[in-house]
Amino acid sequence: MTTSPTGSPADRAADLQDERLIRTEGVRGAVLAFQQRVRGGDLGSLPVIIGLVVIWVIFQILNPNFLSSNNLVNLTLQCAAVGTISIGIVLVLLLGQIDLSVGSVSGLAAAILGVGLTQLGWPVLLAVVVALVVGAAIGFLYGLLFTRFGVPSFVITLAGLLAFLGLQLKVLGPNGSINLPYDSWIVQFAQATFLPPWAAYGLAVLAAAAVFYTDIRRASRRRKAGLSTGAISVTLIKSISLLVLLVIVVAYLATDRGLGAMFLLFVVLVVVMNFFLTRTKWGRSVFAVGGSVEAARRAGIRVNRVYISVFILTSTFAALGGLLASARLTSASLSSGGGDTNLNAIAAAVIGGTSLFGGRGSAYSALLGILVIQSISNGLTLLNLDSSIRYMITGAVLLLAVIIDSLSRRSRASHGQA
Amino acid sequence: MESAVAPTAGSVREPVLSLKGVSKGFGAVRALTDINLDIHAGEVVAIVGDNGAGKSTLVKILAGVHPQDSGTITFDGQVVSIPTPTASRALGIATVFQDLALCDNLDVVSNLFLGREITHGTLDEEEMEQRAWSLLRQLSAKIPSVRIAVASLSGGQRQTVAIARSLIGEPSVVILDEPTAALGVAQTAEVLNLIERLRERGLGVLIISHNMADVQAVADRVVVLRLGRNNGDFHVADVSYEEIISAITGATDNVVTRRASAHAVASAAEAHDAAAPPAGRATPDAVGPTLGKATVEEPLPDNATGADNHDDGSKEIR
Repeated sequence: MTTSPTGSPADRAADLQDERLIRTEGVRGAVLAFQQRVRGGDLGSLPVIIGLVVIWVIFQILNPNFLSSNNLVNLTLQCAAVGTISIGIVLVLLLGQIDLSVGSVSGLAAAILGVGLTQLGWPVLLAVVVALVVGAAIGFLYGLLFTRFGVPSFVITLAGLLAFLGLQLKVLGPNGSINLPYDSWIVQFAQATFLPPWAAYGLAVLAAAAVFYTDIRRASRRRKAGLSTGAISVTLIKSISLLVLLVIVVAYLATDRGLGAMFLLFVVLVVVMNFFLTRTKWGRSVFAVGGSVEAARRAGIRVNRVYISVFILTSTFAALGGLLASARLTSASLSSGGGDTNLNAIAAAVIGGTSLFGGRGSAYSALLGILVIQSISNGLTLLNLDSSIRYMITGAVLLLAVIIDSLSRRSRASHGQA
Repeated sequence: MESAVAPTAGSVREPVLSLKGVSKGFGAVRALTDINLDIHAGEVVAIVGDNGAGKSTLVKILAGVHPQDSGTITFDGQVVSIPTPTASRALGIATVFQDLALCDNLDVVSNLFLGREITHGTLDEEEMEQRAWSLLRQLSAKIPSVRIAVASLSGGQRQTVAIARSLIGEPSVVILDEPTAALGVAQTAEVLNLIERLRERGLGVLIISHNMADVQAVADRVVVLRLGRNNGDFHVADVSYEEIISAITGATDNVVTRRASAHAVASAAEAHDAAAPPAGRATPDAVGPTLGKATVEEPLPDNATGADNHDDGSKEIR
């Protein structure tokens, strides 16, 4: 295969001693490595970012209001609710499973909130907690059914879709529609809470600083462990461009109402989930189970617990998304969580780059995917297009995303990285 | 390959793993009957036998997939029971099954430490990567980067990762089920080197193989199973290829040989050399995956487990 290493690589970092490694350094190295990854079928977020730019350019050409700060603020608020549901879908897709009932569960949570606030006189917090607990309980039930009886999650959650839609109607009672009190804090939070500009700028700086700090810290730990470290210039460029990007976004949104608290909550949830997925034992086991159940089991991972925990999280995120959606619309009705909620949440995760085949993806795909979905929906609404066309276009985009997923999977296979 | 047979002082020392009179039945079939087997530290023991000889059953008993019906297993001088795979691992027996059980989507480091991650609240990637490198270096493994997905490794490299992973828990016995099956020439040699390095580390190694060339190249002792019974325990140094084949196929005990020996007694002639009909076509260098085709008069019992599947008995969820 290869000859044995002849040079004296002792001064090299422990992970760069193999002579077959194509060593790349500095900024140029980072760019080259990126190109190589893309060619090898590891597209990451690239297609979706390109897609987003294309969509924005097209809509801006068709309607100059699309990229107005007013509309973009609306867009962020529209993203938050379904985006939150989509985080849960990312988790369940990582296991190679699916949850088709997130729409119904979110509708049920909205109904609980509405009935609790208006008819039962609960405080908002109690209603929110009850809705979230019901969501978690539904996920637990799914997990038990799945692990005990081995019923495919597709079928379990399809049953759940119907059953919890029924429960939603039951909870709502004969009225079918409940208006939430406008002055309750959850409605205020979803509709009228925006970060003051100084806080938004502060957050942008904080985020860039956090990225810089974690990179520097990782580099110093790697150096201590005798491993190679990336060039500091790459870290600098990365954090500075992130800072610039965030400041531009914040500044532009600030010309209108600013950064919505609900959108911020969604982004924070994405970042937190990403942390859990990439930096904890639990996250590692989620990817392992998604890659190979049998291998995970033999490695001593309690596979059933992983399944149950993920189903619980998915349903809880669905419930939370339902709460946010109903708070934004100030109502809980028969149509809460209905229509395209389900499909948008699933489509967002897939469009964002989480593989339907399990084991590949990232929490950020919920954020990117929902931006694409909502941009299309928002743009088409601005153009006064019928929802019939909206549905068809969203369907086509979903299909495109799945095709990209399958193609990149095939490309990985042909590059020996399936 | 350097000299295959390391000098073993094993016979005087206490074996690290010892089986005495182990039997296992599946329904009406006795898969294993009175098996005795000793493995010493720093010794490579090969188990060979035809299909249905009970090799896989034996491995599964040691790996904790199913317990034996009778007989004792002694580990480090103490009688132990191995009811579950976890118990087997906790004792210090690491089993590398034929299908390796790696997660293709994870990188080498993640696979090595899967289920045993080093954490300080969060995953300590740096320490894991460092230890992965030092482990792979000790094994002289040829893996260019530990941050690439296992899917992109060759068969031999994957086998290396699987073997290296078994060493993470500091076992004293490593069981390798068909480690060279489906590997190319160079990769087979790499794995054989790896096995010798395990021996140098003082581990007891048990390999199951159908490949006589590999067995003779790397093993110190060959234990032959036939129809669920011990049918020979040879030092590789003093045994010929033909003798092992005869023991595997039972060629020393069939109608032909019985008749031959009867004639031999009758004619007072030496018939022993003619006793192994299939051996005539084989030379010690031949690679013998087709050994099972040798003439055997009695039908082989089925394994009764249905198949040699290597799952640990838990149900597959998909």
